[in-house]
Amino acid sequence: MKKRFSFYIGSYLLRHLQSMLFSLGRLWRQPFSTFLTIGVIGIALALPAGLFVLLQNINNLSNQWDDASQISLFLKQDLHENQIKQLNIYISSWPQVAETNYQTAEQSLDEFRELSGLGHLLDTLPDNPLPPVITLYPQNENLSADDIRALLEKLAALPEVVQAQLDMEWLQRLRSINKVLARGVSLLALLLSLSVVLVIGNTIRLAILNCQSEIKIMKLVGATNRFIRRPFLYTGFWYGLLGGIFAWCTLLFAMSMLASPINALTIQYASDYQLRWFAGALLLYLPLTGLFIGVLGAWIAVGRHLNSIEPN
Amino acid sequence: MIQFTDVYKRYPSRYEALSGLSFHLKEAEMAFLTGHSGAGKSTLLKLIALIERSTHGQVLVNGQNLSRLSKGKVPYYRRQIGLVFQDHNLLHDRTVFDNVALPLVIEGEEHREIGRRVRASLDKVGLLSKERSLPIALSGGEQQRVGIARAVVNRPPILLADEPTGNLDPDLSRDIMQLFEQFNQVGVTVFIATHDLDLVQSMPHRQIAIQNGRIDSRMSL
Repeated sequence: MKKRFSFYIGSYLLRHLQSMLFSLGRLWRQPFSTFLTIGVIGIALALPAGLFVLLQNINNLSNQWDDASQISLFLKQDLHENQIKQLNIYISSWPQVAETNYQTAEQSLDEFRELSGLGHLLDTLPDNPLPPVITLYPQNENLSADDIRALLEKLAALPEVVQAQLDMEWLQRLRSINKVLARGVSLLALLLSLSVVLVIGNTIRLAILNCQSEIKIMKLVGATNRFIRRPFLYTGFWYGLLGGIFAWCTLLFAMSMLASPINALTIQYASDYQLRWFAGALLLYLPLTGLFIGVLGAWIAVGRHLNSIEPN
Repeated sequence: MIQFTDVYKRYPSRYEALSGLSFHLKEAEMAFLTGHSGAGKSTLLKLIALIERSTHGQVLVNGQNLSRLSKGKVPYYRRQIGLVFQDHNLLHDRTVFDNVALPLVIEGEEHREIGRRVRASLDKVGLLSKERSLPIALSGGEQQRVGIARAVVNRPPILLADEPTGNLDPDLSRDIMQLFEQFNQVGVTVFIATHDLDLVQSMPHRQIAIQNGRIDSRMSL
């Protein structure tokens, strides 16, 4: 009994292996049309994957900038230097605060004079119009956006503070844009996946029509639908798998084309940012996605057409 | 083995191919189904092979009531019937061996057993030396013998043939018929539709004649 069981398992696997290789051989014998199909599938998969890589890179970049987010505290002008120093010590003892930097009104003026090139204009003013400033870097790792907002309110409520300003609004806008882009990429990925299903479905449909007489004969000698379906499902399997690998190669090519101009760009910004494109993860996910979509497309096409082919 | 009771077959175009047909073929019997073309011979064989279903009446084959057989069981039912066609219905991109092996491959037979039985079957029809040829390289008579080898390779209890000698000259036709007789002698029920009356009358087997979808009792022997 046990032997019979293992025999069935063995012959089942053998039959699958047979139709797997059989369908691969069939694709091999029509290299041109096979390549066209794989190319279409590959590009359709590469597009959303490429956009995903782009989006991830933008996210990474904006996360880097997130670390640099800072709060500027503009203080009342009539404070004594000691008061400011005490305030500085007090604030830097808060757990939310990583680092503070204290700048007197005079230093602010010097800095402004240096950076703006409007020094002579400032000389005409009777008083220094600039306030003393404490620049404060929050403890970013542990703080959510809400925590930062709470910190900001707490700082603004201090009697010595005129205004507490978070230099992060543009970053939030970038984030929102990113979210819109991410949604767009998901939609695009969905549409392109659907087109892969349709491409594979149509290719399988043509293959089935080509094999119409063969299918009829197989049905006449007692083949089950499952038996006839199997090689077509494996055709979809191969199309999807090879299409996924093609997509990965396309991305590899695109990234190698982009690498040097991006490097040149980041050097100009004195950044050491490296373009990441998740080669390992994509090498896993692209063929897997292709394979899944391929089998799905084949399944739909085979189901629709096998039943319509009956011997007569 | 094959029993028709008051069987009707009506096509959607209202054309009635079979009208109230009844007959009984015993196990291990060999019989010819005769009649003009259009008399309903092919329709009758299609009902037995479950390529079509009767509109009314009962068809019993090998103890199974065909009108009660669900769609999913049809492939397994067909494996009990060897079918031979006038135009052979061979796969032209596969060798003679692969063509004959098809029913065994479909049943998931073991590799070594397939080789053994295909060769035995080809030997029986005298084509063992052609196992590696493509069907296109064979003559009409040889292609028909490949078709017969495929029909019997999984040892079905019933063999149906629809005009198997339709395209063959008289000598080849006689060879083919003798081949069917040999299978009948080892216990296979053989039912052959043909309009070749000369050939039929030269052989000592029962004859079921149909005309306009009914049994023609004057012609049936």
